[in-house]
Amino acid sequence: MTHLTQESAPVLEALNRYKSMRVVPFDVPGHKRGKGNRELTEFLGEKCLTVDVNSMKPLDNLCHPVSVIKEAEELAAAAFGARHAFFMVNGTTSAVQSMVMSACKRGEKIIMPRNVHRSAINALILSGAIPVYVNPGVNKELGISLGMSLSDVEQAILENPDAKAVLVNNPTYYGVCSDLKAITELAHKHNMLVLADEAHGTHFYFGEGLPASAMSVGADMAAVSMHKSGGSLTQSSLLLVNNELSEGYVRQIINLTQTTSGSYLLISSLDISRRNLALRGREIFKKVGEMAEYARAEINQIGGYYAYSRELINGDSVYDFDVTKLSILTLDIGLAGIEVYDILRDEYDIQIEFGDIGNILAYISIGDRILDLERLVSALSEIKRRYAKDRTGMLSQEYIRPQVVLGPQEAFYAESEPTPLDQSLGRICGEFVMCYPPGIPILAPGEKITAEVLEYIKYAKEKGCFLTGTQDSLVNKIQTVKE
Amino acid sequence: MELWFTEEHTDNVTFSIKVDRQIYSGQSEFQRIDIFDSLEFGRFLTLDGYMMLTEKDEFIYHEMIVHVPMAVLPEVKKVLVIGGGDGGAVRELVRYPNVEQIDLVEIDRQVIEACKTYLPQTAGKLDDPRVAIHYADGLKFVRSKKDEYDLIIVDSTDPFGPGEGLFTKEFYGNCYKALTENGAMVNQHESPFYPKDAVAMQRAHKRIIDSFPISRVYQAHIPTYPSGHWLFGFASKKYHPIENYDAAAWKALGLKTKYYNDKIHVGAFALPNYVKELLEEME
Repeated sequence: MTHLTQESAPVLEALNRYKSMRVVPFDVPGHKRGKGNRELTEFLGEKCLTVDVNSMKPLDNLCHPVSVIKEAEELAAAAFGARHAFFMVNGTTSAVQSMVMSACKRGEKIIMPRNVHRSAINALILSGAIPVYVNPGVNKELGISLGMSLSDVEQAILENPDAKAVLVNNPTYYGVCSDLKAITELAHKHNMLVLADEAHGTHFYFGEGLPASAMSVGADMAAVSMHKSGGSLTQSSLLLVNNELSEGYVRQIINLTQTTSGSYLLISSLDISRRNLALRGREIFKKVGEMAEYARAEINQIGGYYAYSRELINGDSVYDFDVTKLSILTLDIGLAGIEVYDILRDEYDIQIEFGDIGNILAYISIGDRILDLERLVSALSEIKRRYAKDRTGMLSQEYIRPQVVLGPQEAFYAESEPTPLDQSLGRICGEFVMCYPPGIPILAPGEKITAEVLEYIKYAKEKGCFLTGTQDSLVNKIQTVKE
Repeated sequence: MELWFTEEHTDNVTFSIKVDRQIYSGQSEFQRIDIFDSLEFGRFLTLDGYMMLTEKDEFIYHEMIVHVPMAVLPEVKKVLVIGGGDGGAVRELVRYPNVEQIDLVEIDRQVIEACKTYLPQTAGKLDDPRVAIHYADGLKFVRSKKDEYDLIIVDSTDPFGPGEGLFTKEFYGNCYKALTENGAMVNQHESPFYPKDAVAMQRAHKRIIDSFPISRVYQAHIPTYPSGHWLFGFASKKYHPIENYDAAAWKALGLKTKYYNDKIHVGAFALPNYVKELLEEME
């Protein structure tokens, strides 16, 4: 193999070569470069359809890469400072699941904060691994879960010396980071793997003055959502591997659940975005950080909103903060985050990432313009002028310590019955309940349903949060394990 | 030599003016700016290829956007003009001796510089001592103002470009907040004729009626704008554009105008049925 540099994009180049050969397709997909589906071609564009192709020798195969995908993955690994990078086309969800399933088998323990994304707990259902939850501190004023404090992780490790891995959010949805370096050193000392959920951390690998990335501090694996801050197409992602982990074994785990028809739209978007980040990432994220900083200053000037940032850093449960995240506390104007989120969309045609009980998050990226940020700031100023009320009665989010009675897999597959919410107190939950986004479970399978949890669910429903996870789409009933 | 400026008014309709010569062309941070000389319309300014004004017909637009509110509001001392870097609205405003201060907020410095150099017919009064020019985003500028202006004139480009933020609900709400209790806002309200313009016009109307208790639309004929049929919005906290119109007082000022007069003032608010229906759909 000739030596490749970050200027090249092997998959992109192969697709362009392939297009120029005008190969006659007698293989899938059946739309045959779009000719068989005029309406779709009209909608998505001919350029797009001509590269929606099948795996073949000149284009390699995602399940077992030997040529251009292998090269592209090697370039990605180099760009991210990993030993190996896997291109993922089933979302970061599948990257998180592959990471957990590579580290833990049935019955083995994994230490994680409770504010993980549902994909991590889904992985426990699939693998049968048992969670050991670490209480992520809560910032009382903001009502957001923070990172894990080092001493809590240490305690969990000492109490569970047989645990196989520690999973860390780097960062949380809100931008909070744990001390990943110290956690990694500690875990390695106890022969545990460190897995990082970097769904919101792609830019850590390229920007300056941002929190440390998982690979840079020696973590073993990381699930990186290239499609969030990295700019690739939705559902494309990377799984990074470091240290001694067997690449072949991880690939086998990935192939248990990942499609065998990997989309070349997604694969090429990973390749092109990796090149862009490697060549221009530093300036891109400098600009994104500046835009977020500008918006924060303007929003804090309105009064009544608190757009927080690095001042939250406390050396422990907030070891670092991602300044590209624009997270805003709304409770002081007497509105829940989810209410501000709804008003922004319904009245001002502004769609933000999410609103929870007390906060909203606006996602800032290289695709934004200052002009659009002005709209967001002005709309927030108007919402305050028109809707602000007394904040009495506003619930802030508390950390509800989960009482894990059964392993997630056992509870999920146990015989269960639909139980009205108000009769479910004290029962063991057989499914998930969560607000989406952010997709952090309020209840996970195997957890005891407490009065606190029920009150929280009721309040979230009242405020208009979009609750998901249950078989009953209205979340009036909840599956509980038969007693 | 055949040299023509052509603007697409729709995908299927174009409007062309024979160009004598190009006077200026520049690309700013926000848009492309061009100035041409023509035999029929005199000198004209385009932004991103869209017609902004010609020397021949700009008086219609600028008189209608300024004199209508000035003849209704009792005592206008402080005015905010958003957009309007060509200076045409300011030129009409400085004719009123009562006006003490005009803040002109234009996002694009290069537009003002080009107009000062090449379009003295409209930009000639930008140096009036009462005029302060602010190079800023209108949306941002007005956000921090409260109970400050007697009149706000929104002299924007179309809502597809740098002018986009000036057609939003948050902007109109901010303008409401920036006005005094007697204040009013007048805006360039797009055209009702071609569907794409009409949708923008309807959306703007909906957002304005959500923000102001009084909101009326009036019209004028502007030959070089798409369809030639153009609308303006009059939105106010207290004063009705016809019921509170004092024709005698305005006439007493003795201002000479080419388009605007006391009959036009009332007549401009009489709208064709199809326009009324478009507006009522939003109300």
